[in-house]
Amino acid sequence: MIEKNGIVEEVTEIQPGIFILRVKSFQIASVAKPGQFCNIKVNDSLTPFLRRPFSICDVEDDVISFQFNLVGEGTKVLSNKKKGDLLNIIGPLGIGFNYSENFENAIIVAGGIGAAPFPFLISNLAHNVSVTSFIGGRSKKDLIKYKLKNIVVSTYDGSEGFSGNVVQLLESEIHKYDRLKTKIFACGPNAMLRALSKFTIEKGFNCEISTESVMACGFGICQGCNIEGVNSDRFLLVCKDGPVFKAEDVKL
Amino acid sequence: MNNVDLTVKIGSLVLQNPILLASGTVGYGSEISEFADLSKIGGIVTKSISLNPRKGNPPPRITETASGMLNAIGLANVGLEDFIKNKIPFLKEIGSTLICNIAASTIEEYVECVKTLNYEDTVEAFEINVSCPNVKDGGLIFGNDVNNVRIITEKVRAVTNKPIIIKLSPNTASIKDFAQAAKDEGADAVSAINTLVGTAFNIYTKKPKIKNITGGLSGAAIKPVALAKVLEISRNVDIPIIGIGGIMNWQDAVEFMICGASAVQLGTVNFINPNASIEIIEGLKNYCNETKLEKISELTASYLI
Repeated sequence: MIEKNGIVEEVTEIQPGIFILRVKSFQIASVAKPGQFCNIKVNDSLTPFLRRPFSICDVEDDVISFQFNLVGEGTKVLSNKKKGDLLNIIGPLGIGFNYSENFENAIIVAGGIGAAPFPFLISNLAHNVSVTSFIGGRSKKDLIKYKLKNIVVSTYDGSEGFSGNVVQLLESEIHKYDRLKTKIFACGPNAMLRALSKFTIEKGFNCEISTESVMACGFGICQGCNIEGVNSDRFLLVCKDGPVFKAEDVKL
Repeated sequence: MNNVDLTVKIGSLVLQNPILLASGTVGYGSEISEFADLSKIGGIVTKSISLNPRKGNPPPRITETASGMLNAIGLANVGLEDFIKNKIPFLKEIGSTLICNIAASTIEEYVECVKTLNYEDTVEAFEINVSCPNVKDGGLIFGNDVNNVRIITEKVRAVTNKPIIIKLSPNTASIKDFAQAAKDEGADAVSAINTLVGTAFNIYTKKPKIKNITGGLSGAAIKPVALAKVLEISRNVDIPIIGIGGIMNWQDAVEFMICGASAVQLGTVNFINPNASIEIIEGLKNYCNETKLEKISELTASYLI
């Protein structure tokens, strides 16, 4: 659906270069599910030309929030929004996380801005599910802890926590988890998701990954966000078949 | 004046208004129908259908450019059989005039597709894609050679009485020669333009931003080029023209009609505003009222040069 008049509540820079945008939209907030995304037209002009896709970071009553870093023109425009500005948003879109299965432990694996979809997922998990969030970044300043639970940290440069990448960190901790009682939810750069998928498939862990892609429409007509499926004679679309996939279903 | 006549004629095809949705920007109608009431538009042109399914090009296959985008989807489609079995029933249900776009690697394949789809009552016309810039076999190989366009038009004309629209490429020296060839061989109309060949590179990795290296440029950026091509055909060849290229709003649609288009197709704008078609139809009605135009068809080729 199109929300033509999402009302900006606030834009907050939670740490250098990382922003939370909160937008009031009853119609999106009332149906959004963890892992879904929205495609936002950041202004009314031809620059930037296309919408920009963002994971839904959290939903509180009729307010949806998005987490983003400054990467280009679109995010720069968004970071300058003021309370009361209107945004044209298509959403919620795509297939989100499946968290209805029976598991006792939820492991979050997030690389950098890949932390974005997890506050919403965590707040929707059953109360008896134990959550651990493994997060990684190049350096201490790249770690995003916003609304995550039981955080375990890795940095490439060793400036905080485990020295190495987040998949190596998980590998060193995985002996603590019973694979039959655990589900892994991940989001981050493709290289991270590729390494993680290889690991979880080998170890027999149930793992879902949230992928990202350049896209135009966000709802299946531009066909621009294709991704190679496993045993699929057509390409899958990140926007419509995903963005969340079972780790074993896609080739990254 | 409230009862503006928005109907237009493309050969024997009558459209309730001049706003069509362009091939490759609306799939087979189901996704966009959630955003726009397709029974209100002039018609829908399907994603290119080929005889066999095509997977399309590997990712990445789109990238944004200044006021536009490049795509190299590579004619990904479900193939003729699946289209008839699984897509036509929905398209029939939405009650929109259906124009089937055909893409092929050989002249025989064009003929085979048109012959088979000719039996489908829901298909009211054919748009023959001789201008896809993103496939190695077929596409522009045909669209760059006026003799091939002549032969394809002649052969498909022989197997159907339904209106035939030849979709022309802007990537040629003289588009009017191609329009003339289409007319000579019995095409009912031409649509212009398909995308312009372009590319974009990442300056740090020094790699192309789309895997296919080149793609088709579309969006607002190409509108002046498209208008010039439509005007060139209009001034030189007596054949109905469907204008395509960077239409973002009703003003753009009016401009195309003034330059010679009998109808227009909306493409890339559907990605940004999937309800654009409905908004543009409203805008056209208001424009007609404002300028005291009883029939929108009178706009076509009304340029004063």
